[in-house]
Amino acid sequence: MTAIDLGLPGLSGVPTTDEKQTAKDYKSDQEVRWCPGCGDYVVLNAVQSFLPSLGLKRENIVFVSGIGCSSRFPYYMNTYGMHSIHGRAPAIATGLAVARPDLSVWVVTGDGDALSIGGNHLIHTLRRNVNLKILLFNNRIYGLTKGQYSPTSEEGKVTKSTPAGSLDHPFNPVSLALGAEASFVGRAVDSDRAGLTEVLRQAAEHRGSALVEIYQNCPIFNDGAFDVLKDADEASRRIINVVDGQPIKFGREGEYAVVRDGFGLTVAKTADVVEEDVVVHDASDLNLAFALSRLSTQDLEHTVTGVFRNTQRATYDDSARAQVAEAVAAKPADLGALLRGKDTWTVAGE
Amino acid sequence: MSTETRKLDRVVIRFAGDSGDGMQLTGDRFTSEAAAFGNDLATQPNFPAEIRAPQGTLPGVSSFQLHFADYDILTPGDRPDVLVAMNPAALKANIGDLPKGGILIVNTDEFTKRNLTKVGYDANPLEDASLEPFQVHKVAMATLTIGAVESTGLGKKDAERAKNMFALGLLSWMYHRPTEGTERFLREKFAKKPDIAEANVLAFRAGWNYGETTESFAVTFEVAPAKLDTGTYRQITGNTALAYGIVAAGQQSGLPVVLGTYPITPASDILHELSRHKNFGITTVQAEDEIAGIGIALGASYGGSLGVTSTSGPGVALKSETIGLAVMTELPLIVIDVQRGGPSTGLPTKTEQADLLQAMFGRNGESPVPIVAPQSPADCFDAALDAARIALTYRTPVLLLSDGAIANGSEPWLIPDVSTLPDLSVEFATDPEGFEPYSRDPETLARPWAVPGTPGLQHRIGGLEKQHGSGNISYDPANHDFMVRLRQQKIDGIEVPDVVVDDPSGEARVLVVGWGSSFGPIGAAARRVRKLGMQVAHAHLRHLNPFPKNLGDVLSRYERVIVPEMNLGQLALLLRAKYLVDAVSYTKVQGLPFKAEELQNVLADVIKGVPA
Repeated sequence: MTAIDLGLPGLSGVPTTDEKQTAKDYKSDQEVRWCPGCGDYVVLNAVQSFLPSLGLKRENIVFVSGIGCSSRFPYYMNTYGMHSIHGRAPAIATGLAVARPDLSVWVVTGDGDALSIGGNHLIHTLRRNVNLKILLFNNRIYGLTKGQYSPTSEEGKVTKSTPAGSLDHPFNPVSLALGAEASFVGRAVDSDRAGLTEVLRQAAEHRGSALVEIYQNCPIFNDGAFDVLKDADEASRRIINVVDGQPIKFGREGEYAVVRDGFGLTVAKTADVVEEDVVVHDASDLNLAFALSRLSTQDLEHTVTGVFRNTQRATYDDSARAQVAEAVAAKPADLGALLRGKDTWTVAGE
Repeated sequence: MSTETRKLDRVVIRFAGDSGDGMQLTGDRFTSEAAAFGNDLATQPNFPAEIRAPQGTLPGVSSFQLHFADYDILTPGDRPDVLVAMNPAALKANIGDLPKGGILIVNTDEFTKRNLTKVGYDANPLEDASLEPFQVHKVAMATLTIGAVESTGLGKKDAERAKNMFALGLLSWMYHRPTEGTERFLREKFAKKPDIAEANVLAFRAGWNYGETTESFAVTFEVAPAKLDTGTYRQITGNTALAYGIVAAGQQSGLPVVLGTYPITPASDILHELSRHKNFGITTVQAEDEIAGIGIALGASYGGSLGVTSTSGPGVALKSETIGLAVMTELPLIVIDVQRGGPSTGLPTKTEQADLLQAMFGRNGESPVPIVAPQSPADCFDAALDAARIALTYRTPVLLLSDGAIANGSEPWLIPDVSTLPDLSVEFATDPEGFEPYSRDPETLARPWAVPGTPGLQHRIGGLEKQHGSGNISYDPANHDFMVRLRQQKIDGIEVPDVVVDDPSGEARVLVVGWGSSFGPIGAAARRVRKLGMQVAHAHLRHLNPFPKNLGDVLSRYERVIVPEMNLGQLALLLRAKYLVDAVSYTKVQGLPFKAEELQNVLADVIKGVPA
């Protein structure tokens, strides 16, 4: 059985197993050393619980990370893994993915790792559409270096490095990824196990780069950054979960809806609009995805979760392998002929 | 009038013109003619970093020097015997190198008042006495070319562009070169533009006929084929030979090759060449930057491919952190540095050997990396295979230090028999029984190469310090001390051949030690001083880290050790530090290779300075 039979084109070529797997199989023997209460634990548990459902051979899964708190992730996974250097995980994972179609390659990164020091690699990986699943843990702070503001921190953030408040305008990671031509972009909140698992599932199914932004709480240096999304009442007014093909409504009773507003989108009371005006999510529509990303504001007045964009286009690694395969089929690898070239001359013996 | 034919054993020709004049192509073609004729040869292109510097200016001068001979030569020649100057700028920039009595062929059409002023000539040097020391041939090459190609109906501008082929035709006549190859080449090169092809062929023939029919050239010259070792030869540049070495390393190891790289002068041709040979299982990725280039190569190596990255000095600086990661994760990786003038952007198209200490020490922490340096264009092939051997056997990044002189220079290459190439096959770890990712091969100290996808060997690696054996993260002080020393010991223990000393008389008391592309000039200088009745020994280092085991002994056998380098004494520093030898450093950083003549004088002075 292949991953395609399982309905997972993103994993085609990766060998599967019929052996039953559990979350426990994915726990390594290493002691997890994140701070108590760190959102990373929740994400780790969600990933370890989710992976068995893919039915892949464990030895064909690789986690590659950069540097930062979240980048310790691979040590805790009983798969292959590389904890690389700051910001470079997408580059290393690209080399691995290009060389090995039989691997399911995951990148674990953070807001500093992916968006600051590694910003270049992130956008180019997304542009190339390398078949990688990129989990971006966004806690809006530098944790491992003890609390400096990050490229997703709000303006005016007071930290040890910015006692008078930070001056930088933050990135919206989903907007950035869409601008970088990402073929798949999703977002989830660490505490929402079901929502996170659903986005992970769709990311795994997707063939190509999948960027999943995960809002993750840092209890030490930025505690409560996402608390308004964790309070049931607040969350119901703020979180707009989108599902492909479904009208975008939210609130306890669906009392809010997303409607068009000029070139963008806005939130209205469902009661105030006609049903036809409620935007129906279409994950293949880039403009809609971008407009949705702009509905999410830094102050979390509204936060869109789910899968913003999910479209198919050729992946870099598949295409690179196809070029090599085509060349191999077209011309035998005759080293002697290559070395001789076209213009030779012979010096005869005495 | 019949022209006299004089026999010569060697000739150096320099074609110089504007960077838009096609001087590199002209030089390449003359080189191919010399190769086809069976001469030994060596070439040295010299061109500006700007693609098209302002026309007719000194910074825009591009030149190509070719040395061909009837014996085995070592360098592209110190000074031209013949200078072809296509414009005033080319004359001004190169005339200083032409010895008195040398032949100067000038394209007079470009010697207009405006062009002369542009390069600061107050008077036309063709009309005053300044060129009297030379044998000057004034030829209106553009006018003659336009006339010769009239039948093609090309406009004046296009027609004039073929004047470089006129120059080539004239020189081909002067030196009795075969012409079929050039005509065939031109027809192939311009196959899609038959009128341009025709114009170039006509211009080429016109140049030849000009020599034959005018009476201005009283003498032509013959350089007989060289007596080289028997076998089949081709002409090859260093960058091509290096790329072929990588192809061969893939074939001999049975591994796919993944080149992750970013374009940079003078290394880009390695990317171009490897991209043409995907049928050998080679994947080339032009990454977003230097760091991604090496990251992709390392990721591929982690997956069981032969990862390669190619760059120049500035790129090595950017790759340093990833080289460190490769040292820590102990994965095979080839880092090609085609050195150029530095620091910073420096002299992108000129040569230098100033990255040795960067290669040796340019990383944080104790981060030993083996260093291999080719000594000539053709030698790049063997050096690349050797770098692959070390990377694969010892699971380590290897720095391959080429430079601009050998990258773009060319020479005849005795094509190796593929069946004699070394076996580079590797064994991946497969046995889960007692597997530890940081266990060691007792002989090489290499750790197992356990690639993802191998059942039961799941493990995590990374840049944090490893526990010896298990590879788990370890902050234990004693373990760190142990691991730092172990990584050093692994590199120190790499097997490299003994350095061979060239000392024909066995009586030399002075040893000259070089590395890399200075092999030619040092070797030629040594020959010259020996001809003068003095003795000198020459040792040339391919392996800069670790040094050959016999090097200390070799150094101690001589009363004086002199180390010429195109830097400020980097190898000399290493030799002094490691062997406590009072090595004399001779250095030059002009972006150009040493001249045999200058090294001859340096060596002679040192030899004379040794007390009897």
